[in-house]
Amino acid sequence: MEAYSTAAEIAEAIAQGRASATAVTEAALARIEKHDGVLNAFTTVTAERARAKARAVDAARAAGQALGPLAGVPFAVKNLFDVAGIPTRAGSKINREHAPASKDAPLIERLEGAGAILLGALNMGEYAYDFTGENVHDGPSRNPHDTGRMTGGSSGGSGGAVAGGLVPLALGSDTNGSIRVPSSFCGLFGLKPTYGRLTRARTFPFVASLDHLGPLARSARDLALAYDAMQGPDAEDPVCTTRAPEPALPSLGAGVDGLRIAVAGGYFERGAGVEALSALARVAKALGASARIELPEAARARAAAFVITTSEGGALHLDRLRTRAGDFDPATRDRLISGAMVPGALVVKAQKFRRWYREQVLKLFERYDAILAPATPMTAPKLGQQTMMLDGVEVPLRANIGIFTQPISFIGLPVVCVPVPLQPLPIGVQIIAAPWREDVALRIAHHLEAEQAVKAPRPPL
Amino acid sequence: MSEIDDQALDAYIKAAAGALDIPLEDAWMPAIRTNLAISLRIAGSFADFELPDESEPAPVFEA
Repeated sequence: MEAYSTAAEIAEAIAQGRASATAVTEAALARIEKHDGVLNAFTTVTAERARAKARAVDAARAAGQALGPLAGVPFAVKNLFDVAGIPTRAGSKINREHAPASKDAPLIERLEGAGAILLGALNMGEYAYDFTGENVHDGPSRNPHDTGRMTGGSSGGSGGAVAGGLVPLALGSDTNGSIRVPSSFCGLFGLKPTYGRLTRARTFPFVASLDHLGPLARSARDLALAYDAMQGPDAEDPVCTTRAPEPALPSLGAGVDGLRIAVAGGYFERGAGVEALSALARVAKALGASARIELPEAARARAAAFVITTSEGGALHLDRLRTRAGDFDPATRDRLISGAMVPGALVVKAQKFRRWYREQVLKLFERYDAILAPATPMTAPKLGQQTMMLDGVEVPLRANIGIFTQPISFIGLPVVCVPVPLQPLPIGVQIIAAPWREDVALRIAHHLEAEQAVKAPRPPL
Repeated sequence: MSEIDDQALDAYIKAAAGALDIPLEDAWMPAIRTNLAISLRIAGSFADFELPDESEPAPVFEA
């Protein structure tokens, strides 16, 4: 198999006996060895565990047993997922002193239940309070398309590992955009499912009322394969839905006939750079989407998400701020301390506004099946970059990376981020669907891929 | 919401740090002040947004 094979291609080759899981695993480990010194995507490589699992997959095939849909597919997870035997560091210095996790997170169990092979844990921004993929303790994850640039965060290692061809599939978390931002900067497909769709049990939280988990991959089909394998209720996560799994694969190739697709204007155009608008126009054209709509009060929605995030984040880390303040990244510490001091009345108002905004946006889905919006205002910035030019004005970079993702995750809508392979750097477009309609967003993403409007580009590694 | 000046914000931060038992170092104050000022300014954009008294916050608890 070549390095940029998709999960679906790998699983098919292994099922047909054209490749062994052991050979695929060894090739992935060799590629990690070769490139991760620069990319810095992995914080732990679980080589022996992966080899043992690969042998088990090969033995199952040799014995004529049925293989799962992801049999032999290497994957890795953001290091806020519990991996048995490893402390769940969540990008921090403090948490690496924790006892090793006793069990894997359920989403790892479910992917492995489908035959996938865990290769390790991935770099991330400290405690997920990050859009850059930089990390003061572990060093920055680096963008495979230009290693002097950010992967985006906070699932930075997830973006770098998949874009660099180290693994075809990675899991990340998305509170305000942390799957969609690295997907955009690294030129990948990313799925942020509906809030509550996938269990978050045994992962380190950030903002309980906004946290989501999901996959990053090199194709819409791979997202659907992973997503379908991970669905299902879980009493360990009180937010996880009790709905029966609703597989997306069966309708993936259904095309876009009959789907009503609109483009988000207003707020989503004003802050967008030329690349973001160009990518959006390309996707809209490929879908014949000419209707323009405005998400009501999107700027206030982003503001409310910002305030809930800083407040809940501050509350989560209050004990550590009291006793271990010197062990945080200073930039994280200062934001968390200020977050802990935000008046509660403002946080409750933000949650009330959230319900109002949800009702307004859901009305749009009576008229449209999907809405297109830019994923990020810009392509991947340089590592360490502090400001950016927007409409000819210099603005702070970090505060503006998530302006297009925050108003969407704020009300838990499912989104597939699709990569538009602009030169020299790719950029993502969000396909936003109604709650619980991940299948619609994935179907549109797959159609765009077939039409060659979107593609995960290969980096010059 | 009305703007709060730096002096008042510093007093608020020190009082809140005392109430929350967070040790503060002087060197951290400028960044904490900047961050809190941003949060309060941003919150101002929805704090005055009129909603009925009966409106429910988004999180739902099921007994």
